[in-house]
Amino acid sequence: MAEQKHKLEIFRGRLKFKSNVQKIWGVLVFLSIVTAVEVALGIIKPPVLLNYFLGVKILNWLFIIMTIIKAYYITWDFMHVRDEKPFLKNTIVVPLLILIPFLLFILLYEGSYIFDIMFDGLKTWNFDIY
Amino acid sequence: MQASTVTNTNQDSWGGGGAKPLDAGYGKLMMWFFIVSDALTFSGFLVAYGFSRFKNIDSWPIADEVFHHFPFLHGVDAPMYYVALMTFILIFSSVTMVLAVDAGHNNNKNRVAFYMLLTIIGGAIFVGSQAWEWKNFIKGDYGAIEIQNGEILQFYDLKKQKRISIDEFYISSNQERITHDDNVGIWYQSEAKLPEITLNEVMTGFNNDMNLTVRLEKLDETGHKIVLSRDEAEIKLSSATRVVKGANLIRNEYGNPLFADFFFFITGFHGFHVFSGVILNIIIFINVLLGTYEKRGHYDMVEKVGLYWHFVDLVWVFVFTFFYLV
Repeated sequence: MAEQKHKLEIFRGRLKFKSNVQKIWGVLVFLSIVTAVEVALGIIKPPVLLNYFLGVKILNWLFIIMTIIKAYYITWDFMHVRDEKPFLKNTIVVPLLILIPFLLFILLYEGSYIFDIMFDGLKTWNFDIY
Repeated sequence: MQASTVTNTNQDSWGGGGAKPLDAGYGKLMMWFFIVSDALTFSGFLVAYGFSRFKNIDSWPIADEVFHHFPFLHGVDAPMYYVALMTFILIFSSVTMVLAVDAGHNNNKNRVAFYMLLTIIGGAIFVGSQAWEWKNFIKGDYGAIEIQNGEILQFYDLKKQKRISIDEFYISSNQERITHDDNVGIWYQSEAKLPEITLNEVMTGFNNDMNLTVRLEKLDETGHKIVLSRDEAEIKLSSATRVVKGANLIRNEYGNPLFADFFFFITGFHGFHVFSGVILNIIIFINVLLGTYEKRGHYDMVEKVGLYWHFVDLVWVFVFTFFYLV
């Protein structure tokens, strides 16, 4: 086990570490920066980013993209998928990449459809006194 | 490594790992398959949350207003800092776990034990933080009124232009109504615990101060809760049914009941994962100290439990985004 090979470069080879331990700390720094940017954006909420793009705020798109980037580095470097055989990589990633967006699309589409029905349907759903 | 499997074949197996399929041990493969299925479970929960949110897109509670506590900073409005800190703690404990796995590859028993201990401490701090978060959520801070159609109305001070807690304006009626227990009534029935502040007391306080009004669950175009005028608020409040303080599975002061339900369910399920992860880590830690893996000649168990631990961290990254940020 001692001679196990680690792939030591991240960012498509732009950043290469000398040892595995160094790479782990490097990834931690990167993940911390991304989290800090997320929190800063969440607190400042720049007005420019509050416009909508494809039905979702640009700010929320940024959050989702940053989350996926974080997820990539956690699985690839902390769970060392980077060092696994391509077959194993695909066995893990492909089912999730197919099923989760599928589920997401169906349920979010259905959710907004139900919202529309309740919002401008002919019946009232709210038997308030006025 | 393969204590119970036959590895004396010279044939290449599928998946490109020589004799071992996918070049991974049996336990590690099974851990990966478990993780994939658990990832689907969590995505099911988070997507269900998204569904409910899209269904109530114009009236969903605003996370920044709900989670704004920070330890030792009482009354300071600090949205998200605490959850960000929790996220950082969990990522950091993930890093110590990778370092433990790495030390295991070098068969360095003392370093593995040291990093495992740090990981356990990080996990325990995280679970504790989550318990504190739950406590604040359940206790609530502003209080609200539920009206006949189930809507939650929160109080708002027109003069100060901010929310006001019912504790600040209710007028005590100096009456004590004792909770009805099953040992005193004729029909052996008991009732739920009485609220500390009754509806009447809140309503007297409200009628006494003309600067008070209510906020609806509904959001305006800019994403803020709609504040009613005093007259509209009086009409709305004429059908008030109860005081709501804090949160439970049936109703909560933040708005839609589903919000609290998903909060309890998703963070609870995740917290349970962290808790069991800490237990597994402790078992492995003890085994490391006893020298079990040193005798075995490899630290693969550390790696397998490490995979689970990173997965828990990974799930939290998503919960953080979809519950607190988006």
